[in-house]
Amino acid sequence: MVKKIDKTPVGAHYGWQDWLAQRVTAVIMVLFSIVFIGFFVIKGSVSYADWKALFSSQLFRVLAVLFLFSVFYHAWIGIRDVLMDYIKPTGIRLTAQVAVLLFLVSCAIWSVAILWGK
Amino acid sequence: MSSAQRSPATRPKYYDLNLLNLPMPGLVSIFHRITGVAMFLFLIPALLFVLQCTLGSEDGFNRWKSFFSEPMVKVIFLGFVWSYMHHFFAGIRYLLLDVHVGIAKEPAQFSAKVVLVLGVVATLLIGVRIW
Repeated sequence: MVKKIDKTPVGAHYGWQDWLAQRVTAVIMVLFSIVFIGFFVIKGSVSYADWKALFSSQLFRVLAVLFLFSVFYHAWIGIRDVLMDYIKPTGIRLTAQVAVLLFLVSCAIWSVAILWGK
Repeated sequence: MSSAQRSPATRPKYYDLNLLNLPMPGLVSIFHRITGVAMFLFLIPALLFVLQCTLGSEDGFNRWKSFFSEPMVKVIFLGFVWSYMHHFFAGIRYLLLDVHVGIAKEPAQFSAKVVLVLGVVATLLIGVRIW
């Protein structure tokens, strides 16, 4: 008699979450890009005062940090996919992935320091 | 004909890896990947550094403003503008394909062409603006 196997055949449930996150972060970046490029188009020439004023707005800082975190998360998924495609030895690949992750987390901390520092 | 001759393991494989011979959607795809990696390696740290310097002091702002007026810097900057714009439009195309817009062969080939053209046109517009 053949036993019915009711175990889930795949384990990578995080896969679809990453797939979705890559797309959600993409939409956030598209919207912010339009706002940011629009600022330069409307202003024409941007002075230090304009630049400071833009980033002194709490709303804009929140939008900017949302954009930057989207960039970092999006980059993590994308670069991880590239590493999985080209680097086959597990040890080297995991080392590279950890390096990428540490770099991006550092960038995230750095960006908060830039936006809210001092 | 014996089955051994037909089996995939013994059949010769030929991949045409020359970028120039890729169909348009393939070109969009590999550029999407290359621009993504390039922006990860160079644009993310560079832009954060510029943001820090330009927001830090008026002196820093002016130093970077004059740095960006150098022709060579503008050329390199436009290279990254193209990277961003190509990645941007190719990404929108993938989002549309995800929701089954333009999934058939002809529209997909057409949209790939549109993405390649829009990336270059957007770069040229910004190039004209900064020159």
